[in-house]
Amino acid sequence: MSRFLNFSIFRYNPATPEIPPRMQDFQLDETPNMSLFIALNRLREEQDPSLMFDFVCRAAVCGSCAMLINGRPGLACKTLTQDLPDKITLMPLPVFKLVGDLSVDTGVWFRGLNENLEAWIHTDKPFDPQGLEDRMDNPTAHAIYDAERCIECGSCIAACATANMRADFIGAAGLNRVARFLIDPRDERQPYQVFEVVGTDEGVFGCIGLMACDDICPMEIPLQQQLALVRRKMALASLKGK
Amino acid sequence: MKWSDAHLTDVLVIGAGLAGERVAIEAATQGHQVTILSLVPPRRSHSTAAQGGMQASLGNVAMGYGDNPDIHFADTVKGSDWGCDQEVARLFCNLAPVAVRQMAQWGVPWSRVVPGKRLLPEGVEVEELQEKAGLIAQRQFGGTAKWRTCFAADGTGHVLQYAMDSVVVKLGVTVHDRMEAIALIHDGEHCYGAVALSLRDGSLRPYLAKAVVIATGGYGRIYGVSTNAVINEGTGMSICLDTGVVPLGNMEAVQFHPTGIVPAGILVTEGCRGDGGYLLDKNLHRFMPDYEPVKKEVASRDVVSRWMLHHMSKGLGVDSPYGPHLWLDIRHLGKEHICVNLREVHAICANFLGIDCVEELIPVRPTQHYSMGGIRTDVNGAAYGLQGLFAAGEAACWDLHGFNRLGGNSLAETIVAGMVVGEQVARYAGERSLEFPFALVADAMAAQEDRVSKLRSRSGGSEDVYRLRKGMEDALLNNVGIFRTGEALEKAVSILQELYQRSANIRLRSSGLGPNPELYAALRLPGTLKLALCIAQGALQRTESRGSHYREDYPHRDDENWLKRTLAYWPPGADMPRLEYEPVKITELPPGDRGYGGMPIKGD
Repeated sequence: MSRFLNFSIFRYNPATPEIPPRMQDFQLDETPNMSLFIALNRLREEQDPSLMFDFVCRAAVCGSCAMLINGRPGLACKTLTQDLPDKITLMPLPVFKLVGDLSVDTGVWFRGLNENLEAWIHTDKPFDPQGLEDRMDNPTAHAIYDAERCIECGSCIAACATANMRADFIGAAGLNRVARFLIDPRDERQPYQVFEVVGTDEGVFGCIGLMACDDICPMEIPLQQQLALVRRKMALASLKGK
Repeated sequence: MKWSDAHLTDVLVIGAGLAGERVAIEAATQGHQVTILSLVPPRRSHSTAAQGGMQASLGNVAMGYGDNPDIHFADTVKGSDWGCDQEVARLFCNLAPVAVRQMAQWGVPWSRVVPGKRLLPEGVEVEELQEKAGLIAQRQFGGTAKWRTCFAADGTGHVLQYAMDSVVVKLGVTVHDRMEAIALIHDGEHCYGAVALSLRDGSLRPYLAKAVVIATGGYGRIYGVSTNAVINEGTGMSICLDTGVVPLGNMEAVQFHPTGIVPAGILVTEGCRGDGGYLLDKNLHRFMPDYEPVKKEVASRDVVSRWMLHHMSKGLGVDSPYGPHLWLDIRHLGKEHICVNLREVHAICANFLGIDCVEELIPVRPTQHYSMGGIRTDVNGAAYGLQGLFAAGEAACWDLHGFNRLGGNSLAETIVAGMVVGEQVARYAGERSLEFPFALVADAMAAQEDRVSKLRSRSGGSEDVYRLRKGMEDALLNNVGIFRTGEALEKAVSILQELYQRSANIRLRSSGLGPNPELYAALRLPGTLKLALCIAQGALQRTESRGSHYREDYPHRDDENWLKRTLAYWPPGADMPRLEYEPVKITELPPGDRGYGGMPIKGD
């Protein structure tokens, strides 16, 4: 039996501030294997061409389409309507600046985060185009890959109580990024140098342990473990110093 | 417009995928101010979706020992069906190992060689040597004599893009995301910059630079079903075509990847077959060895895709509500291999098919994937027709790929081309001073402001942008696919011509104010229809079969008449492209047999 889905979608266009933010209702017939990617595009093409939302890869690898789906942050492209009740409420992610309707500006936020964390390999070693690559054991490569799988979708930030209260908290995505560089032997930063950046309430000690990030990460990155790793390393670094 | 709204920079890079960011890094490292425009934040670029890997002849694994740039070169030329520029292919193959190793230094967690013996799926035992332990591992991809594809599990594009962008952040390169270049500022000889549309608020802004680089990727989304991200509409190519003086090369060369999942069209990597996966028909028969006894599932993509369609045309496809498909079987690779080296494929199957590919078969069908054609450039990446304009990556026809690209050569191309073209861009920008041609800028801005305000006034005709776009997608999908005929191509051209005329009469249903997706679609559509016409008309005129361009009515390669590259120009005000041709540069390897896909293959 096909269902009629009742969508309630947040609407606001900054170009028309005289129309206040509101929820708008739409109806759509459900088709087999319908994802929110398919549903939202149909709503735009068939019912309201001004509806704003972001999709890029539609394959759950680019991180563009995170939104609040019945109150829970997640990637719209991989959310199937068959897994939802027939009343579906869609809201933009909190914390991030609103572009319009369901579209938020995660790009500028994450660029700022990566600048603050200096999230790149710090090394004084010059690159030798003629030389072989430095060796690395495969389990280390896999461990870095595990952390590097973060797609910066912002779900963990939107779900985080601290990030919602404290604009400068780096959140699980930031802490996971710190972990990624801490375990990378190519990065020559010492733990005490990292401590100077994240050994604060805006960093690793701001987490109040609700762990919603770990529950909702669409990439299923073990954020709780990553957070624990960073906390342990930072606690040690604060004791040991230089 | 206030003059002070103009953004001035030394180098303007349009597109923030791997090619664009690598160009930007090269130019910035050499002291230039660089600004990148991108439809989306860089880390959301379609480069991130590349899964399987990047070819470079390191010779690190047992099945790749003895590899070198010469073998990589021969594979690439054969893969291209002798359509590529051999000077470019040589340069590329020599530099690919440097590119891979530099990306390692920048943080890519390449999978690494683990020494010891192991059994390959077909029963061959190989031994990885201790002396190679910890070097970058390599897997098999199609159409290659050696295992050469470097990988990081099957998220290679993602980790490359994150490492590349980390260097962009480190260097402090300016990125303006949610900005779309919608016209080039030029006088028919020089390119001075671009008019860009803000996708945040619908406003227009001119960007002026000494050198402009187009790195906007492919146009896959103009086909109704494609593995490409939804942003891949070929916008960079169409603004070059709009100049009237910059040609697009070989637009008829369109790659269909053998394994898009059905029905979503999402890619599962060639690494599935490279690592030993099989293609099965409805009787669970492994059919590729029947057609390609030597290469089997790992012939080049054009060949495997053709055999798959041929096999389905014999009634051996699996019926589904979404039309016939075949099966990809990776179950015998084992859970450990799948959950480590093919983990993103495992996730895609779970998310979009609801299956566990460790236990179940994956429904697949050849799906539009890549554009070999694009903005024609010389070996330095300089576009034909306008000084100061460059292109790199999938947006360009540098021409590394000719009529068929090998898997693993596109990630490698983005980075190698980024290095090479970036160097040339830096040199060019170093020799020029920044110009602000006021009249040209004012005219270019006025022309685009006029387009936007006409659409917002809703005074034009009555055409719906989404309906026209659907017509274009269907025309290409149904008539300009894997098996082509003169009749179908003529039909496509005539449908597309009509749609192009009608695209001048689009009327918005919404206000077009603010960040309005209908306005953006309406501004893009005439340009994408021009690209579609270049593809269809190029394919109609090319009366031979070469690589991915397969004409059932001309099923053989014709080197005597067609060892040449199509150049499509769009004269101002014209309703069709003007096609010219140039010879293909053969420097080392004269045309010969590819070693696979040798006989004429029939469609349905």
